[in-house]
Amino acid sequence: MALTTLRPAAARSRGTLHTPGRPKRSLLLTIVTGIVLVYSLIPLIWLLINSTKSQGDLFSTFGLWFGSEFNFFENLARALSYDDGIFLRWLGNTLLYVAAGAGGATLLAVLGGYALAKFEFPGKKAVFAVVIGAVAVPGTALAVPTFWMFSSMSLTDTPWAIIIPSLISPFGLYLMWSFAKEAIPADLMEAARIDGASELRTFWQVCLPLLAPGTVTVLLFTMVATWNNYFLPLIMLRDPDWFPLTLGLNQWNSQAATAGGEAIFDLVLMGSLLTIIPLIIAFLFLQRYWQSGLSAGGVKE
Amino acid sequence: MSSKTSRRLLTGTALALSATLGLTACGGSQDPSEAAAEGGELTIWAWEPTLDAVVDAYEAEHPEVKIDLVNVGTGNDQYTALQNAISAGSGGPDLAQIEYFAMGQFELGESLAELNEFGADQLASQFATGPWEGMSTDGSVYGLPMDSGPMAMFYNQSLFEKHNIQVPKTWEEYAAAARKLHQADPKAYMVNDTGDAGFITSLIWQAGGKPFNTQGTEVGIDLADEGSKKVAQLWQPLLDDELVAPITSWSDQWYQGLGDGTIASLVTGAWMPANLESGVPDGSGDWRVAPMPQWEDGTMATAENGGSGLSIMENSEKAALAYDFLQFATVGEGADLRIEQGAFPATTKDLEDEKFLNRKFDYFGGQQINKVLSESSASVIEGWSYLPFQAYANSIFNDTVGKAYIGDTTLGDGLAGWQDALKGYATDQGFTAR
Repeated sequence: MALTTLRPAAARSRGTLHTPGRPKRSLLLTIVTGIVLVYSLIPLIWLLINSTKSQGDLFSTFGLWFGSEFNFFENLARALSYDDGIFLRWLGNTLLYVAAGAGGATLLAVLGGYALAKFEFPGKKAVFAVVIGAVAVPGTALAVPTFWMFSSMSLTDTPWAIIIPSLISPFGLYLMWSFAKEAIPADLMEAARIDGASELRTFWQVCLPLLAPGTVTVLLFTMVATWNNYFLPLIMLRDPDWFPLTLGLNQWNSQAATAGGEAIFDLVLMGSLLTIIPLIIAFLFLQRYWQSGLSAGGVKE
Repeated sequence: MSSKTSRRLLTGTALALSATLGLTACGGSQDPSEAAAEGGELTIWAWEPTLDAVVDAYEAEHPEVKIDLVNVGTGNDQYTALQNAISAGSGGPDLAQIEYFAMGQFELGESLAELNEFGADQLASQFATGPWEGMSTDGSVYGLPMDSGPMAMFYNQSLFEKHNIQVPKTWEEYAAAARKLHQADPKAYMVNDTGDAGFITSLIWQAGGKPFNTQGTEVGIDLADEGSKKVAQLWQPLLDDELVAPITSWSDQWYQGLGDGTIASLVTGAWMPANLESGVPDGSGDWRVAPMPQWEDGTMATAENGGSGLSIMENSEKAALAYDFLQFATVGEGADLRIEQGAFPATTKDLEDEKFLNRKFDYFGGQQINKVLSESSASVIEGWSYLPFQAYANSIFNDTVGKAYIGDTTLGDGLAGWQDALKGYATDQGFTAR
């Protein structure tokens, strides 16, 4: 009997086998995601186009196309030098809060998640319940009590008032916990211990590299949250020298809303554009990490 | 002398010295110019953009003095911060910018230093009536005016000419012009209003009304007096016939509307040119200034809308130094610097200055607008006062009177509702409401 070429039973008129690696093309899906894509990108395109306009053009020309003058570089120069370069100060403040706050939060989340996932200790279930409960509490509800607490410690109107609350990220902790559970095989840790490595060394040299995707995910998550944080600094800070970019841009925006005020909407838009660029760069460069980090913990190796 | 007596003498002298030092440390009635020569640090909370140059000039003249000018927010935002600092007893500034309508609140809380001891009461003649009355109560001076907001009518002349509208001189003519404009172009309105407490109270002021009266802890609120009734009767038909643009002042649409012809005029304070120049640059050359519409042809009576002054906080330890700066900024060189940058003066000498009056404004097609604005300043009706809790009152304006703007009630009823709400609040706060 001659060997016949096997034709997979699933193939019909199209003649291609649909595997997980080559999913079936769906026109409907393409259209829907296309719409969502356009919806998400329009505000960014609007921002990009309108940051090139002068003050007058902003109110008199069509929103999604360029104005009569192209003022991008002029707006850029003015935004960076307005009010003795306060924008750069605000940028520095934001970087400080993100580096210290988000960086610190990620470190704490990794340490905590690792410990909770890989070690047994009494009260572990209680900790689990409290952390999950904390994720459910909205940040805005805690902002005012946090203010009272910091006020009694005379820490308001200082950078500590922003950094310390940013260090606590229950969601980051939970994310690292579930990631660490799946990413680190217990045998590996046993092997390290048998070889004589201390707990710290086991963590730093053996387990941490395995936790990289989860760590980057938590880092990006906390970075975005701290970079965009508006309500906390609004309550805690008085001195404009310590404002992050969110509060600073708001102050520029409301400048026009007063008797004799100077409208600088063109600088507000340029400032907004400059504010979102670092985040976009961070996300694009760390794409491969967070893409794998999100799905980790969902599939048993 | 025995050692005991000499020791007593020494202790006595030491006590006397420390007592004197203690007294001067209180900063009681130290001479301001001496304090300036000594130097020190001052913190000022203000949003007024023209103060930057004043601070630089003062520091140049007094190298021993260091001033920290902080913008903690505009208007109500700053008052909240100020109130918090006062309640906390710390973290506040030495000087703060306070608008005239909010002065009552801080005066009553005894948070402002009385400036009579520095001779401020003798400066009365140097300031226009409205601003001066805003900064003082019963002869006690609690601050010095920085700028003023005598009202005038700012109108888009090119739009008026296009639809053949005469510049209205009385409120009757104004209402007629509003009707004519809207009929000719349904997309254009004479003015915008979605419920602005400051605007309505200023109109009542101009109509001769005196709805708010404070005597100690007695507060009289009568929003149904002659002036209030006149304003309600004027404005109601405009609201009924939808002749008023439903655009809120100070919003993005407002700036846009001023530029594209949706809003043809504004009846507001003399500080508006600065906002128009920076916020509506495309309107340059189209706008003009005319006197505020009158109730009776041939009369000239106006009111103030907005404007602010600087006050020294009661708990400041550098009152004398602060007063020296205050004088510099309001009647001295600082005032000239601010006026150059476009602030509208509150000082009579500047309001009558030839150069000031003759200045031509390119934005207004070369018109000498200061002549109109200065005349308005000199015609402000005397005797107006705000409530000790005016900031609060303004914040609840839209709960009652605001309903008239969406057709649920009339202005008259809305004002009555506002009156009731304010009387209730006054009683809650410990005042006696009349």
